[in-house]
Amino acid sequence: MEKTSEAFFQDKIDREIRIEPKDWMPEKYRQTLIRQISQHAHSEIIGMLPEGNWITRAPSLRRKAILLAKVQDEAGHGLYLYSAAETLGISRDEMYEQLHSGRAKYSSIFNYPTLSWADIGVIGWLVDGAAIMNQVPLCRSSFGPYARAMVRVCKEESFHQRQGFEILLTLSRGTEAQRSMAQDAINRWWWPSIMMFGPKDDESPNSVQSMKWKIKRFSNDELRQKFIDVTAEQVKVLGFTLPDPNLKWNKARGHYDYGAINWDEFWQVIQGNGPCNKERLEARKKAWEEGEWVRAAASAYTTKKNKRNTTVAA
Amino acid sequence: MNKTQQFNQLLNLADNALIIGHRCSEWCGHGPVLEQDIAISNIALDYIGQARNFYQAAATLINEDPEMLTGFVLPATEDSLAYLRDQREFRNHLITELPNGDWAVTTLRIFLFSAYQYFLYTQLKDSGDLSVNAIAEKALKEVTYHVKWSADWVIRLGDGTEESNRRIRHAVDHLWAYTGELFLQESELQQQWLQKVQLVFEEAGLVIPEKTWMHQGGTSGNHTEHLGFILAEMQFLQRAYPGSQW
Ligand SMILES: [Fe+2]
Ligand SMILES: [Fe+2]
Repeated sequence: MEKTSEAFFQDKIDREIRIEPKDWMPEKYRQTLIRQISQHAHSEIIGMLPEGNWITRAPSLRRKAILLAKVQDEAGHGLYLYSAAETLGISRDEMYEQLHSGRAKYSSIFNYPTLSWADIGVIGWLVDGAAIMNQVPLCRSSFGPYARAMVRVCKEESFHQRQGFEILLTLSRGTEAQRSMAQDAINRWWWPSIMMFGPKDDESPNSVQSMKWKIKRFSNDELRQKFIDVTAEQVKVLGFTLPDPNLKWNKARGHYDYGAINWDEFWQVIQGNGPCNKERLEARKKAWEEGEWVRAAASAYTTKKNKRNTTVAA
Repeated sequence: MNKTQQFNQLLNLADNALIIGHRCSEWCGHGPVLEQDIAISNIALDYIGQARNFYQAAATLINEDPEMLTGFVLPATEDSLAYLRDQREFRNHLITELPNGDWAVTTLRIFLFSAYQYFLYTQLKDSGDLSVNAIAEKALKEVTYHVKWSADWVIRLGDGTEESNRRIRHAVDHLWAYTGELFLQESELQQQWLQKVQLVFEEAGLVIPEKTWMHQGGTSGNHTEHLGFILAEMQFLQRAYPGSQW
């Protein structure tokens, strides 16, 4: 029986039929999706913090409005994704609990600090850019609610990327101080942003199954290469450089070669030792704990109001 | 109203929106519920937008008549007005610059202030000043929502739990003394505002404080200590890298 369902399920996947929440699915498929979608949702929410840092310091009112709208978009992405995960039978509160207790992960990129205004440009360009590279294929994810959430998310992410690029373009045409501010930010964010695609394929054990289930469509290394190829061209338009002396066009491969990634740093950050892991988690926990009385008040009020309404009706 | 008065009024409208918008934006990423985080960021965005419109109108006015007032960077722009004036030159009401405090102070401040804006913009949209009419009309739509959103919170907190009731009462005690400054001249406005506040307070189980001392000074540039810190943060890049394009 189990085997038949499993075979039937895989057959649907192979024929590109979307899986919907009420459909039968293997428990491991459900768990993998919950893990991936909630991680993704947490990344959106934690990702608000490094950029949120600069809302009050944005250098013009126009930039302030754009940045505020962008960070608000990320909150919206979190919302769509939490909702998509909830269709798999987990509540938002449970997911928060996993985040706050450190059991759930989020994208390690957000554990790096935003030190200058140029970081806001670089995050839009590289971090949202890498996110798009990862997420566009997810619009065809086999799980319906996830795929649909990603369609909405991707539209906004490409705006973010253009805005980030535009910040850098403005800096590149600015003063010497602005140009070095931008180059410095690129130097700091480049390596962490190419780590966003995750470990090398041979060290990414879950990938094979995820590809078979069409939760994932491309391998980490494929996406990373694609991103590097695109970015190596874009940086020329900006007149800046990427901090990798081994970055070279390889005619035979039709791709850019790149230098060795410091995977030790990657695993250290994942394990909680990045420059801002503690602050990020503390900020989220603080918001949640200090919001406790607000949520309690709102639900107490709703209860009272419903009671009053039923009394009136009776 | 002569041009100087008109200019000062525009600055007051713009500064109010910018500074309360700045405070609202501080919540972005730190709200008590994700949906409310989005809501208050949205309100912040509306305010920044209003500030920009009023600053642009003010800039046009002073650029047309640069002799009008001294001490402004010319030609004026929305950014020169927001980023290159010091706190003595800001014309916002004190209530907008107070720290956010908790969610009770935050939402009550937005309620008290946006209710004031609601009636003020209602007047301004039909006033003789064409540059202000259109801005006020658009802003009125936004502010209508701000009033509703914040009034809902004041009621929820007032009629929620014991703790939320205690906190919102404390917020009333704290903020009330900053509401007098909103009505130095316009008394009809004050009546309308008071009625609205009364209505919402009743539903929230709150009482309007007895006559108390009212702080004032914002519109003449005598601010609390808080504004200086807001500006230090907000203006940092423009001050550290003068004359740059961003
Ligand atoms: Fe996002
Ligand atoms: Fe984004």
